[in-house]
Amino acid sequence: MTAEDQSLIVIALLPFLGALFPGVMIRAGRNACAIFTALPTALALTMLLIHAPQVLDGQVITAELNWLPQLGLSASFFLDGLGLLFAGMILGVGLLITLYARYYLSGDDPMGQFYTYLLLFQGAMLGIVLSNNILLLLIFWELTSLSSFLLIGYWKHLPEGRQGARMALAVTGAGGLAMIGGMLILGQIVGSYDLTDILAAGDQIRASEWYVPALILILLGAFTKSAQFPFHFWLPHAMAAPTPVSAYLHSATMVKAGVFLMARMWPALSGTPEWFYIVSTIGLITMVLGALIALFKDDLKALLAFSTVSHLGLLTMLLGFGTPMAAVAAVFHIINHLTFKAALFMTAGIVDHEAHTRDIKRLGGLRTLMPVTFTIGTLAALSMAGIIPLNGFLSKEMMLEEASHTDWAGSHYAVPILATIGALLSVAYSFRFIVHVFLGPVRDDYPHKPHDPSFGMWAAPALLVGLVVLIGLQPVLVEPLVKIAAGAVTGGDLPDFHLKIWHGITPALYMSIVAVLGGAVLLAMHAPLDRIWIAAPRPEAKAIFDRLMGVCVGLSRRITEATHDGALTRYLAIFVVATVALGFAAWRGGSMPAPTRGLLPIPPMAAVGWILLLVATASMVAVHRNRFRALVVMGVIGLTISVGFVYLSAPDLALTQISVETVTIMFLLLALHYMPKSSPIESGAVRRVRDGVIAIAAGCGVGALAYAFMLRDTATIADYHLANSYEGGGGTNVVNVILVDFRGYDTYGEIIVLGIAGLIIFALMEALLSGPAARKLRNTDYSKDRSRDRHPLMMVVATRVMMPIAVVVGIYIFLRGHNQPGGGFVAGLVISIALLMQYMASGFAWTQSRQRIEYHAMIGLGAVIAGLTGAGAWLAGRPFLTSAFGYVHIPPIEEFELATAMLFDLGVFLTVLGAVMLMLYSLSRIARYAGETMNVEPMDYDPSDRTRLARQGEN
Amino acid sequence: MEIVVATSVGALTAAGVYLILRLRAFAVILGLALLSYAVNIFLFASGRLTVNQPPILSPYGEASYTDPLPQALVLTAIVISFGMTAVLVMVALGAHLESGSDRIDLDKPDAGEDEALEGPAQ
Repeated sequence: MTAEDQSLIVIALLPFLGALFPGVMIRAGRNACAIFTALPTALALTMLLIHAPQVLDGQVITAELNWLPQLGLSASFFLDGLGLLFAGMILGVGLLITLYARYYLSGDDPMGQFYTYLLLFQGAMLGIVLSNNILLLLIFWELTSLSSFLLIGYWKHLPEGRQGARMALAVTGAGGLAMIGGMLILGQIVGSYDLTDILAAGDQIRASEWYVPALILILLGAFTKSAQFPFHFWLPHAMAAPTPVSAYLHSATMVKAGVFLMARMWPALSGTPEWFYIVSTIGLITMVLGALIALFKDDLKALLAFSTVSHLGLLTMLLGFGTPMAAVAAVFHIINHLTFKAALFMTAGIVDHEAHTRDIKRLGGLRTLMPVTFTIGTLAALSMAGIIPLNGFLSKEMMLEEASHTDWAGSHYAVPILATIGALLSVAYSFRFIVHVFLGPVRDDYPHKPHDPSFGMWAAPALLVGLVVLIGLQPVLVEPLVKIAAGAVTGGDLPDFHLKIWHGITPALYMSIVAVLGGAVLLAMHAPLDRIWIAAPRPEAKAIFDRLMGVCVGLSRRITEATHDGALTRYLAIFVVATVALGFAAWRGGSMPAPTRGLLPIPPMAAVGWILLLVATASMVAVHRNRFRALVVMGVIGLTISVGFVYLSAPDLALTQISVETVTIMFLLLALHYMPKSSPIESGAVRRVRDGVIAIAAGCGVGALAYAFMLRDTATIADYHLANSYEGGGGTNVVNVILVDFRGYDTYGEIIVLGIAGLIIFALMEALLSGPAARKLRNTDYSKDRSRDRHPLMMVVATRVMMPIAVVVGIYIFLRGHNQPGGGFVAGLVISIALLMQYMASGFAWTQSRQRIEYHAMIGLGAVIAGLTGAGAWLAGRPFLTSAFGYVHIPPIEEFELATAMLFDLGVFLTVLGAVMLMLYSLSRIARYAGETMNVEPMDYDPSDRTRLARQGEN
Repeated sequence: MEIVVATSVGALTAAGVYLILRLRAFAVILGLALLSYAVNIFLFASGRLTVNQPPILSPYGEASYTDPLPQALVLTAIVISFGMTAVLVMVALGAHLESGSDRIDLDKPDAGEDEALEGPAQ
């Protein structure tokens, strides 16, 4: 029974959307911030509850957004009983935590940040429990690791917080990586990444030879997340987080993600001896060990942390048993543990908040000082101890019952005895929480005189304790939820059962009685035992972890330092050699087809150009130390190449090349003015020979590749472009039509890149001129290499005359671009050259004062025009950048064409012009810092002045 | 003609590679410019060489044309390589003005500096 409902996606996304608000709302105050955190949570919870009746009826609600169905990637969600239970817990406790944190966090803590992290975490968690695609689940899984890192390290000023956050991230992150491997194997076995498919293919998975690797990898992920032995050590260190975080992440939600995963994967993975022995054994060890350590912890939160470890072990063990009733007990205990443990963490937070310490040895006697807190804490702790009639008792009884008839490796007593010991220790530390904190005499040396907090702070734990009592007395209330969730775990078949307090005289009851009595005795003997515990040597997990991390960091640092020594030339050399070697290997290994094309003849002019190019290239290498000469040679190379383009049927390329060449050389010349004019000889002969060999090898390789390439035909899509250029794009210049129509998207990207390059240069210059470079520029004397007459008369006059001509040429090239060689790119470059000439001839200030449009604006305008033109196609119901065109006849002008592509080309034109001008403008700003005088007059020496002066003299 | 183009590409590549292996930013910029020439010509040549068949549709009936697609791609590549060169020049200029040298290799960090990077031990 499934029903589709897209609102599931909204539920999953709500926390992420909500995460945008707290950071902003904090400006409106702490209450507003908290309210805007609670709103999305409450909304998601409401939507979830609307679905609840359907789910409790046994329906599964699904929602799917297809993304890359070919790869099995889709954002698909589903809500079944287990998902409903966890989602309800995440959102419900999330609400309570939001309330609690509002009062817990002090005014100095950045609350907006906290709530943002909290919502991010909540969204990630919700994503895990609702995902129907394991790849999606993995993403959310990693997100919980990341967001919990932020939350644990929330108090950035505390070293414990930072270290705890790092440790949690390292451990859970590593587990997550292992799990990715396991999940991918599962996906390969089943042939689908849909969780529903995987859960249905349990037999296939268990029969596969990849079952054990997949199981171990997935369990690694689950065990690290749920702090199972031997990965339990990160959880207590994560307690450096603010208490709301501990209550939320480390009792109710994140650490249960591992348990959730095991429950979710139960139908697919459980039922084998491997599953039983790995999962139940680890769970059992964790349960006993965690409880034992918890008993001797003096920090309230550490005690609770280890008790959480212990209870997570209990849940793991139950899931490991693999029987349906154990699954029921696990699900029920998840609910119960949530209620009492979150309440206990909040109680610990209240004690810490009020007494300014959470060291048990400094507390005691709080019963009379904090009666409300005492009541809440005691009830919750009694439930944790499993005292009748609280809810902890019920699920503990079920656990003991299951344990009592589980054989482990042929032994009938191992599991029951260890489980009883675990329960006994659990009773002991729960009683210790009550007795050593609240009972006993009132002391007069608390760091701060404690009293009950305001209602807002104890409301959330009180509500949870209310649930503790209610579920304990009336377990029938949660029975449908437990049934449907446990049914989802086992995949349907459950024995008929009822949750109730009294099961009669059963082995579990005896075990329970032993546990309670033994626990009380143990607590009575706590003081001497504690001394033994402190004296006993035991491995310190943090020290081991730190040593391990130290080794890893040292190793990676050595590798990094050995390979990345900051010598760029070395990286480049390695890169070139590797590329050449790869190309060579490909040539040796692959079979080259025979040439299919003949050679074109070489006319004498081409031979001349060829020799010119080769000589120029060689002399470039020879003269590159003299930078001015190298630029001249570069100009020669560029021009020769553009002539080559003309000859080889590429007029558009020739036009572009020649104009780009001009602009590039101008730019380099301007830059060179402020750089050394020559490069010193720095590399020795050996090195130069080595570089020469590498270079020649690369040149031969690329040349041979080009040659081989040109002699063989391949299938091209040229015919499509040629056939559709006129009908589809309305232009006869196919290159231009491709640029503005067929591949308009590319072009749009290109002009944006160019615009960004312009802005980068502007920004770099801005940063440069406000740094130490500006001082250096002022103190350097550049006047020696400046010409005497900076703005020669001839040049000023000539460029002034040429300006309109150049602009007309630019416009002409632009207009004819659609049908003849030309277009926006070339036109933009031509116009910028025309403008540059003015800058060069008449000086910066004179030209600048005549500039009307900011170059930044021009870039933006260009991008907007091009974008809007493209978007305009949407209005006509066509895809982005589909062009429309028509022909207009206005006498006496010849019939001409109007195409939207032209508008797009206008955008290209403006962006190119703006970017090029912005680049050169930025560079010329240096001149002002270098002490260049500003010219308001176009010429330093104006001959007309003399006539004027002479006339004045006459008068 | 193919030999002309192939040798030109090879020569430009060789010169470009040699120059990018030099130690000064300006030489590297020149080298990258040469390499972009080489790459552009290579891409252009992937449409195979033809003479006198520009991809401008003729109004006078059937005619054969060269492959226009590589040309369109190279056209944008030329403009983009200009943008790249300009940014590089700016970076090199900035580096020169800030540090007084346009060397591109980092100096070996001192041991003391390394310690400082590590910060206080955990």
